[in-house]
Amino acid sequence: MSSRVLVGVKRVIDYAVKIRVKPDRSGVVTDGVKHSMNPFCEIAVEEAVKLREKKLIKEVVVVSCGPQQVMETIRTALAMGADRGIHVEVTGKEYETLGPLQVSKIMAALAKKEEAKLVILGKQAIDDDCNQTGQMTAALLDWPQGTFASEVTIDGDKIKIVREIDGGLETIQINMPAVVTADLRLNTPRYATLPNIMKAKKKKIANVKPADLGVDLTSRIETVSVDDPPQRLAGVKVETVDDLVAKLKEAGNI
Amino acid sequence: QSTLVVAEHNNDTLIPITLNTITAATKLGGEVTCLIAGTNCAKVAEQLSKVKGVHKILVAQNDAFKGALPEELTPLILATQKQFNFTHICAGASAFGKNLLPRVAAKLDVAPISDIIEIKSQDTFVRTIYAGNALSTVKCNESVKILTVRGTSFEPAEVEGGSATSEEVSPSSPVGVSVWLEQSLSKSDRPDLASAKVVVSGGRGLKSGDNFKLLYDLADKLNAAVGASRAAVDAGYVPNDMQVGQTGKIVAPELYIAVGISGAIQHLAGMKDSKTIVAINKDPEAPIFQVADYGLIADLFKAVPELTAALK
Repeated sequence: MSSRVLVGVKRVIDYAVKIRVKPDRSGVVTDGVKHSMNPFCEIAVEEAVKLREKKLIKEVVVVSCGPQQVMETIRTALAMGADRGIHVEVTGKEYETLGPLQVSKIMAALAKKEEAKLVILGKQAIDDDCNQTGQMTAALLDWPQGTFASEVTIDGDKIKIVREIDGGLETIQINMPAVVTADLRLNTPRYATLPNIMKAKKKKIANVKPADLGVDLTSRIETVSVDDPPQRLAGVKVETVDDLVAKLKEAGNI
Repeated sequence: QSTLVVAEHNNDTLIPITLNTITAATKLGGEVTCLIAGTNCAKVAEQLSKVKGVHKILVAQNDAFKGALPEELTPLILATQKQFNFTHICAGASAFGKNLLPRVAAKLDVAPISDIIEIKSQDTFVRTIYAGNALSTVKCNESVKILTVRGTSFEPAEVEGGSATSEEVSPSSPVGVSVWLEQSLSKSDRPDLASAKVVVSGGRGLKSGDNFKLLYDLADKLNAAVGASRAAVDAGYVPNDMQVGQTGKIVAPELYIAVGISGAIQHLAGMKDSKTIVAINKDPEAPIFQVADYGLIADLFKAVPELTAALK
């Protein structure tokens, strides 16, 4: 089958960075902080590239929404093997309030425009931890959804998906076109090699405005405040297992 | 003011997070209605009718609801919403709720709010972001508020004392774009991770999946569930459904014993609401000690068997 897959990638504060809440409680500090591709999005890109390498799909198109900086994230995906990119330019106030609902509208519009057979996204982003965009993109397209996928097998016009659920795994089969969201164990993303990073520089990235796609970015969610979580105070160090058992008994834990 | 709670169940029993969600729903004020969709849900309806705080139960039965596929449940919830005009629609922030409610929300052109930990008012909620490293208070100006609820942040509703009325609703016609094939749940005689009173978790310090036996032995002494850090899952020691952390399960037991876990922020987000935390790690600098009530700097391969023996 020759078809196209659309992959969404999000630029987020790098997972290894300890985030800091802004003193005015309006958000977290992002200036001068290392950013990377959301780890779940890397898994999504890897899965799409693998499907193309197996010749199950023809083209991998990677999409990111945001200001100029998200071009870096798109380039990273291109260096991992995606064929071309689409930068959906969202800046200023609109970027600050850009949420999963608006992004799903963009993804759904692009999926139609590009006649994609499959949309692959990460199951959640590690900044807002929403876990919504894939499900909402599927809803807007009226496509089935295979969320939290740890195994994806394309068989003709159907996809078999093993999903991570509470207490184990379940297997479903959904019709294509479909939306899939990647969980941890779906694959191990490759590192972009230097030759591939060089090659990625020549790949095309189209610039699109949400308005071109007919998407309204109005958000009806307001952030009232962002605060530090209550800190847990460190307790005591115990020297031996016997001390530990004594403490736990004393506290009524065992 | 009225709230719909989408009940999670397996056609035999109610999944516990539904009870926590009902408590959250009662805090919103107004009547609480529960929707049970399944293939054969008389038993679940019976259980739910006794839960305190539930006013009405809607039961929809159809073979198409097998496996609770979101493609099949969404039209049912939309039809129910059209009929009753709820101000809030809630489900637990479990794999079930997280899969389903965003789909419903997008169909209503509403931005849902995931994994709430506190209700400030009918339209203002607190949730965690950045793996629990910040709390975000959000005001939702949507006409319908669609929420998933973190189970450990709300007490379970009482399972006796309620007297809800029950009514059948006609299921929507099957959509037929997805099929549920099978489920393989990890079989365990131990308590469920999300609701266990004691949890013993292992990290990369365990060095292999086989070494988790040390933790199973300890867990058996304490009637505990066994969890793991994402690092241990990534290393392939144990399956993902054991993962405790922001991308896995959020737990808040009476006693949490972290063994060979360094305490990455993503792990802490999943367990720092535990009442008492014990950390066993040979690295005195491990961040887990910053949240532990009792820290033991020791080689886990010696300390854990000693602890198991001491509990005899």
